[in-house]
Amino acid sequence: MPGAAMDDFIVRAFLGGLGLAAVAGPLGSFIVWRRMAFFGDALAHSALLGVVLALLLHLNLVFGVVAICAALALVLTSLQPRVRLAGDTVLGIFSHSALAFGLVALSFLDTVRLDLMGFLFGDILAVTALDLLWIYGGGALVLATLVALWRPLLAVTVDEELAQVEGLPVERLRLTFVLLLAVVIAAAMKIVGALLITSLLIVPAAAARGFARTPEQMAALAAAFGGLAVASGLWLSVQFDTPSGPSIVVVAAILFAFSVVLRRRVA
Amino acid sequence: MTVVDTALIRGRGLGKSFDGRPVLEGVDLAVAESEIVTVIGPNGAGKSMLLRILLGLVTPDRGTVTRRPSVRIGYMPQKLIVDPTLPLPVHRFLALGTPESPEALIATLDEVGARHVVDSPIQAVSGGEFQRVLLARALLRDPDLLVLDEPVQGVDVGGQEDLFRLICRIRDSHGCGVLMVSHDLHLVVAETDTVVCLNRHVCCTGRPEVVQGDPAYLALFGATAASAIAVYAHRHDHEHDDAGRVKPAHDHDHAGHDHAHHHHDHAGRRHG
Repeated sequence: MPGAAMDDFIVRAFLGGLGLAAVAGPLGSFIVWRRMAFFGDALAHSALLGVVLALLLHLNLVFGVVAICAALALVLTSLQPRVRLAGDTVLGIFSHSALAFGLVALSFLDTVRLDLMGFLFGDILAVTALDLLWIYGGGALVLATLVALWRPLLAVTVDEELAQVEGLPVERLRLTFVLLLAVVIAAAMKIVGALLITSLLIVPAAAARGFARTPEQMAALAAAFGGLAVASGLWLSVQFDTPSGPSIVVVAAILFAFSVVLRRRVA
Repeated sequence: MTVVDTALIRGRGLGKSFDGRPVLEGVDLAVAESEIVTVIGPNGAGKSMLLRILLGLVTPDRGTVTRRPSVRIGYMPQKLIVDPTLPLPVHRFLALGTPESPEALIATLDEVGARHVVDSPIQAVSGGEFQRVLLARALLRDPDLLVLDEPVQGVDVGGQEDLFRLICRIRDSHGCGVLMVSHDLHLVVAETDTVVCLNRHVCCTGRPEVVQGDPAYLALFGATAASAIAVYAHRHDHEHDDAGRVKPAHDHDHAGHDHAHHHHDHAGRRHG
């Protein structure tokens, strides 16, 4: 039986993970619908650079990540129509160079000790009370925005031109969505790590697709699957001393595989 | 000018180029209240671009678009693919355009003859049903102007005629103006008030029966097309006009335009 001190950080880990899953479900569903998985990946890979810059400038780490993700998102959305390259090529360039810049910048930080593995793959057992505050504060902000903009965001997701003719501010909605994504990436980094954030967004949503008849059902089910993956993955991580982020993603992937098989049998 | 423009929407001298290649040049077009305007032209004639400029989706390089103040537009795009990962019943798709009561949604679906698909996933409805659902979404906005980009695309031949009848009925019952685009001459309704024959510029314009005798129209589509417009009014035997006879009449109109020569060749081959 673990002692009281151990209980404490496991409770924080569970709370943090479940809070994140609740936001990642709806937001991840939008990422799947909008085919932005690779875009999300590119943003997440830039998170490390955000951390390093925040350390260099003595800023709050979460703030640094949100700022870098938002800046990259703006550059990407304005650049993409201007370059004569396929979208996935542009995203690939940004995704990997953002990570490389982050790693190189990190090597200049010899005065600061940074748990690189923790940032890349998550260190859920190191979640502090302050991290929880960020996750729940940021998460509540993101969920409230999603609820308030649900219908217009769906309309833009279905067809941007039709939405524009119908009078929706398409550009502003797109920008808002990307900013929400930046906030979630910053909140998720501690839990699953920069390299695995996208999977927590898209894998539960993809697993939920086959069982949902409406967008809301899919979003809620994705949050539930995400919560299940976080809880089971964390338990595995504690039981077998495996890295927490990858353990969560492994469970999510197994859930997805089950969902495909189950769906086949039902259909 | 103190004359009030009664048009719902009007484009003047519209021009657009891509990489220095003009796709539209000096296009004038207007739709009046309850008027049906059909833009026809071959593929690549700039029809969709013209619609997109009028809808404000694309900014023209030259020219202006004016709309009657607070004019409501219902738009039916040419292609709309809802991502298969998005679970979306038809009634939810309709409610995305305007948050309407379920009764209004059902009534509108009824009007377009697609009530039976109200709960179906949007990706599961047939081509013809999908066009009707798109039309319902446009109608739910209670439009003054319906803009339809190739409305019968992907619909079987029998269904095309039904869909055109429906559009004409809607014009009569809602009193809205209709602006539609078609690449196929056989798909121009007899009820059309004005046909605009477009090939980057307006080749000719007027009532269908006038346009189909216009040399510019014949040059663009070949003489066999001469009787096509009336296809939904009354089917009569094709009257094969002599393409050679009308050729000299419009040569000067198209001087320097390569497409004109191309179509002359085309007509010449067919009737030579």
